[in-house]
Amino acid sequence: MTAPEPLLRIENLAVSLPAPGGQVPVIHRMDLQVTAGEIVGIAGESGSGKSLTALTLLNLLPPGARVTGSIRFAGRELLGMDERGWQQVRGSGIAMVFQDSSAALHPMLTIGTQLTEHMRTGLGLDSRAARERAVELLDQVRIPQARRVLKAYPHQFSGGMRQRIAIASALACRPRLLIADEPTTALDVTVQAGILSLLDELRTENDLAVLFITHDLGVLSSLTQRAYLFYAGRVMESGATTQVLTEPAHPYTAALLAARPHGLTSGRTLRAIPGVPVVPGQAPPGCPFEPRCAFAQPECRAAVPARVDIGGGRTLACVVAPELTEAVR
Amino acid sequence: MSLLSMDDVSVEFRSAARGVVRAVAGVDLTVRAGEVVGLVGESGCGKSSLARAAAGLAAPSGGRIRFDGEPVVPVKWRRRPAAQTRLQMIFQDPYGSLNPRRTVGSQLLDGIPAELGGPDRQHRVIELLERVGMPARAATRYPHQFSGGQRQRLAIARALAAEPKMIIADEPVTALDASAQAQVVSLLLSLVRELDMGLLFISHDLALVHEIADRTAVMYLGRIVELAPTRQLMATPRHPYTQALVRAIPQISATPTLPVALLGEVPDGANIPAGCRFRPRCPHAQQVCLTEPVLRPALDSLVSCWRAEELSGEGIQV
Repeated sequence: MTAPEPLLRIENLAVSLPAPGGQVPVIHRMDLQVTAGEIVGIAGESGSGKSLTALTLLNLLPPGARVTGSIRFAGRELLGMDERGWQQVRGSGIAMVFQDSSAALHPMLTIGTQLTEHMRTGLGLDSRAARERAVELLDQVRIPQARRVLKAYPHQFSGGMRQRIAIASALACRPRLLIADEPTTALDVTVQAGILSLLDELRTENDLAVLFITHDLGVLSSLTQRAYLFYAGRVMESGATTQVLTEPAHPYTAALLAARPHGLTSGRTLRAIPGVPVVPGQAPPGCPFEPRCAFAQPECRAAVPARVDIGGGRTLACVVAPELTEAVR
Repeated sequence: MSLLSMDDVSVEFRSAARGVVRAVAGVDLTVRAGEVVGLVGESGCGKSSLARAAAGLAAPSGGRIRFDGEPVVPVKWRRRPAAQTRLQMIFQDPYGSLNPRRTVGSQLLDGIPAELGGPDRQHRVIELLERVGMPARAATRYPHQFSGGQRQRLAIARALAAEPKMIIADEPVTALDASAQAQVVSLLLSLVRELDMGLLFISHDLALVHEIADRTAVMYLGRIVELAPTRQLMATPRHPYTQALVRAIPQISATPTLPVALLGEVPDGANIPAGCRFRPRCPHAQQVCLTEPVLRPALDSLVSCWRAEELSGEGIQV
């Protein structure tokens, strides 16, 4: 029996961006999958390639960017499509919400105008039907008094409400995959909790898949089913979120966990990861994390570790970790 | 004796559209030498307004603020009296305290007290950079040549140049990655312990405050609603608002659950609810809550909730 094809399958993706001295590689041999109805997390420090991966999925990279490999979405290869094809994918296939909701909402247009605009072009609805759909969407993202909200402007809402409106707008053309790039980072924890619950409910109600980008491992744990840990444009480790976070295999994952405030566990101190993240184009020849890794061995400098299957649906790109895990046992 | 003391401090803003907004409405808070006090609450609770008043950057509309026994007075464009430069502030955006067009070294020199003369001043610059874990060559560079975490450490070095006794840090690591956060927080903590400084650490991140603060004050709509030793506050939050903040923290767990959302939003400071300010969002509100509670000792904490004892009996677990 063969497993059904996942909704999104990224294989061997490589992205490079133009820079004064030539193309700089920013994503290396990336593999990633999202199944329908699943929430998949991408975590890592700033500059690890999380957002660039998201932008690649929507063909929103700056001019001159080079992309190779394969991105299959709903049975269709996205790379190599023309702009018309991308326009069909954006919105009705893959939609995105950003950290800064005000970037997604025009300050001078009413919520109603913004929500109905792309439904009329994307779904071909007339203005009356589009309004009805907008009310339905606002109800879906749990915004009360939807009809009144349609007449209001973005500045009349708090950050949390604006993010809900941005989610409603992203859902307008019934996408199958929602990419959420740090959508709660700028919000208070109390408001963040509401947005996380909402995404989880939308997933079950609409059979929506979510690719959730975050740097907060607590958010990763509470919301996502599977996780990919990014560093320097590579996947260091992936697997079921609970397993990755409770039994991290990669020293990078372990270091990120140690640097995190735990809140309820007392009597420990924060352990910063020494050094700074690798600058794109200046990665060492071997494992990109090697200069900062507490367990680095000479062989780590020889070549970039291959990503290998370590069983239980997990992958790992580290040559010393298997021995470490063995030693701990 | 406390290093920084705030006594019944209020801060008001006048706005044409909203009338008088009371951002801070009668706050008492002290910070001793060698002590880290955390100040937490959602955006719009008045944390930053209180911090700015405490640092002498804005005049309070009521109450007294004293630093090292002397009243803190806003200086506007005049030079700050020497005694008051021992109270320094660090902001969320380090660009707010670093000039992008001048080298790091020349900016550090500005802050070094005038008593120190000649080549000692240059030595002090190197010392300050070392203190925050930066190489001496950073002195000849410009702020944009550093990462966010490094810039925040440079802003701390700039604050340290004045040999402060007390630092007020307003969301100093909010814009940083977890690892850079850990570096900056560890640095601030080591300064408090080694130099016996006082630190008022303002953050919306209760988990982070838990790692570093000795005592923590929870602020809601301009008032302190709970004040307790940090560990106790996190383990047994007494005020329903503190409970909500603690339960909203996403946890790493083998059996993950979604964090619990708190209904509603912080009301407008121009339109404060009658009675207990938290009442409209509180799941435990009753008739008694129509009268405004005061901050009072209850269950080994200071709590501003009429029902604190009663609710602790109901076994509200976090």
